[in-house]
Amino acid sequence: MSKLTTLAAIRFGYGLPLPKGAPDTADAMLASLAGPDQAMQSLPIRASADLIPNIQELRQIQKAGKKTAAKNPKRDALLQDFSNAAEAASVITFARAVDSGDGFRERLTTFWADHFSVIAKRQLEALFPYALVDDAIRPHLTGNFADMLTAATLHPAMLSYLDQSSSVGPNSHFGKNQGKGLNENLAREVIELHSMGVGANYSQTDVTEMAKILAGLTMNADLLMEFQPRRAEPGPRELLGKTYDAPGMDNIHAALRDLALQPATGQHLARKLAVHFVSDTPDPDLVKAIAAAYNGTGGDLMATYTALLDHPAAWVEATEKARQPFDFMVASLRALGVTGDQLQQMPYKQFRGQVLAPMAGMGQPFKRPAGPNGFDEAAEEWITPQGLARRITWAMRVPPRLVEPLPDPVALAQSCLADRASEPLLWGAARAEDITQGVGLVLASAEFNRR
Amino acid sequence: MTASIDRRKFLRGLGGVLGCSIAAHPMLTTVTMAGANGGRPLGDHRLIVIILRGAMDGLDVVQPQGDADYAALRPTLLNPQATDLDGFFRLHPAFGDMMPLWNAGQLGFVHATSTPYRDKRSHFVGQDMLEAGTGMDVPLNQVKDGWLNRLLQTQKGLTSETAYSIGQVAMPLLEGPAEVRNWSPETTLLLTPQARLLFDRVYESDPLFHAASQEAMELADAGNGDMEMMAADPSQMAGLKVQDVEQLVDYAAGKLRQDARIAAFSMTGWDTHRGQAGGLSKSLARLQYAILRLQTGLGEKVWGKTVLLAMTEFGRTARENGTTGTDHGTGGVMVMAGGALNGGKVYGDWPGLSEANLYERRDLMPTSDVRAWAAHAIQGLYGIDQNVLENAVFPGLKMGKDPRILL
Repeated sequence: MSKLTTLAAIRFGYGLPLPKGAPDTADAMLASLAGPDQAMQSLPIRASADLIPNIQELRQIQKAGKKTAAKNPKRDALLQDFSNAAEAASVITFARAVDSGDGFRERLTTFWADHFSVIAKRQLEALFPYALVDDAIRPHLTGNFADMLTAATLHPAMLSYLDQSSSVGPNSHFGKNQGKGLNENLAREVIELHSMGVGANYSQTDVTEMAKILAGLTMNADLLMEFQPRRAEPGPRELLGKTYDAPGMDNIHAALRDLALQPATGQHLARKLAVHFVSDTPDPDLVKAIAAAYNGTGGDLMATYTALLDHPAAWVEATEKARQPFDFMVASLRALGVTGDQLQQMPYKQFRGQVLAPMAGMGQPFKRPAGPNGFDEAAEEWITPQGLARRITWAMRVPPRLVEPLPDPVALAQSCLADRASEPLLWGAARAEDITQGVGLVLASAEFNRR
Repeated sequence: MTASIDRRKFLRGLGGVLGCSIAAHPMLTTVTMAGANGGRPLGDHRLIVIILRGAMDGLDVVQPQGDADYAALRPTLLNPQATDLDGFFRLHPAFGDMMPLWNAGQLGFVHATSTPYRDKRSHFVGQDMLEAGTGMDVPLNQVKDGWLNRLLQTQKGLTSETAYSIGQVAMPLLEGPAEVRNWSPETTLLLTPQARLLFDRVYESDPLFHAASQEAMELADAGNGDMEMMAADPSQMAGLKVQDVEQLVDYAAGKLRQDARIAAFSMTGWDTHRGQAGGLSKSLARLQYAILRLQTGLGEKVWGKTVLLAMTEFGRTARENGTTGTDHGTGGVMVMAGGALNGGKVYGDWPGLSEANLYERRDLMPTSDVRAWAAHAIQGLYGIDQNVLENAVFPGLKMGKDPRILL
């Protein structure tokens, strides 16, 4: 396997060994990405719509009064469905990444899921973070960023997480009657985090105007997005020097599209992509090239990714990035030969104990970033004494519980690192006291934890 | 071994109540300690810094009910049950158990204060700036360390053994060349001598992994004897979750009674975009619990030499928003406590709340730089030169006249 091929799998995918027939060069990865999203088709998660009858039934039970509702045995079962769907979706998220030959697609999906971070605020919303990925991110992964930004902003998961569902235009019919008003939370993050970036040239007035544009956008009783004109702020709005004066949701669509087309957005996304995939301090020329591709095509994501993979700086030999815990876990499972099927067969309690809980200890509670800005990028944030101790402990203890028999440590190092396995690592893997220790050494090694 | 600090537990019950963008922040993550083994480079005084993440609404905590414009700005949040402080300001009821401290002169506030951060009102940039202790003139991505760390670097005799911390998340306040350790009590690292040798060799060529693994092994060897006290029963205080507060506060108090001189930790839950009355009360009750437990844990003598500063990244809008909460603002409040404090006062110039007096017609106008108050406290506690404070610790700060916040 050539050096570049190894780097492609490690830096832009979930590592080696690649599943059969998987693309192993930049061109082949891009070609695969341009094709259909097979993982979503073969490993579907439960559709939110499936659970609407539960929501409606729960509403009926609730209507009967608090006391009776608490005693109703059906209530717990109906609620449990939401947790079960989310638990299954968490396993499927891992299975898709572990199995996929289309590794760059899975890595990009994780990148955008973090860019549009949401968490589930209550049991009824347990599936939300997964639904946002399948409804708003994966379908637009290779399309235009404006479509992804719009889909993510209008998604119930986002409306709930960033409080949009309770924001009301102060001069709207509803606002005046009820004395309600704006909540700026979503408007601010759409500009600051999701599009232009905090360093860009916008003001508080733009944030407030965006909040007024978004007013009316809410979530209905079935937890679906709904635009309610009686909550919308009347009158024309001025955002970033442009006037928006269209009826209904047209202003929202237009404003989001214009935000996506801001050159600052191209710059912000280019930098984030370069930082995420290549280096915590990326080559300015690489960022420039990605931004130029984005801005030159009006936000075409396929062109943007192509610019990233086409640039020589993306292929620098040294692996500066630390694999984040999710990346580490998926790559470890793949290296050990654990399949998505096996993950789905595993009792959830075991999956939680051996995969999710250790990840939280490594600093990355799954689907629970600390805020809408997602998880940290810098290697120093992950490879702390504590974070590394948790990785070492996992690598030394958990693999024997996942695979039987364990692979030979030297063979493992060669299969998951190929030509990137260092002499000291091969030397150490051969001198471990037992196979468990040798496997732990390989999975906890710097080579394996960098990308 | 001991009750562990479980992040997932912090999360429970948060969502839906506060409904804010950082609802998932573990409410309290790390405590960082600094001091000296032998020698007394910092003398006997103790400094405790609490970062209130999420932007605390100072106008609700210390309510300027004497200002004629307040009632109109805060139609639902104005609380008639707030306790009178000085005839002008009233204290939020959820902070009511602090009144004995106020009466003893051991509780004080600075109102209408802020960092130099202005205009974009981003939590993330605001917190970075608060912890970096710089002004708007320094690009934040060039600041790699925090102001407490720079303070440590200015003092000889504070060696690498003297600063240590527990917890899950690194805290920029103390990040920097003066060595600080991160470790949470439930982490163990059991390796045979042979495995250690192998890891030594395998990590040798990667400095980041090498340093982290060395330190992990040292910390694991040092054991967690100090954590025994943290095995206290899970406690509840009128439905309020305080076990995590107890763990960190008791750990910090134990260290401060010995050689540690500075402790820093953060508490979250202040981003009250919605339903502020409920959310703020809970966060205030937790802060109150932390301060009162620190007072008890330190004992009269050490508390008498202590100053605690609780500061936040910025204040919140003067007007309530449309969802009985408040959005991101500018000027806010710093809470001060401790036996070494000249308390019983609300410090700071009051800018007024009429629309023309608000910052951008929206936020409480800051009339002081929160760093100046911290700098004067540090100068009073440790006798550190004003030049050092204005150039090394808080670059670009003008400390101004000594407000005499210490006894």
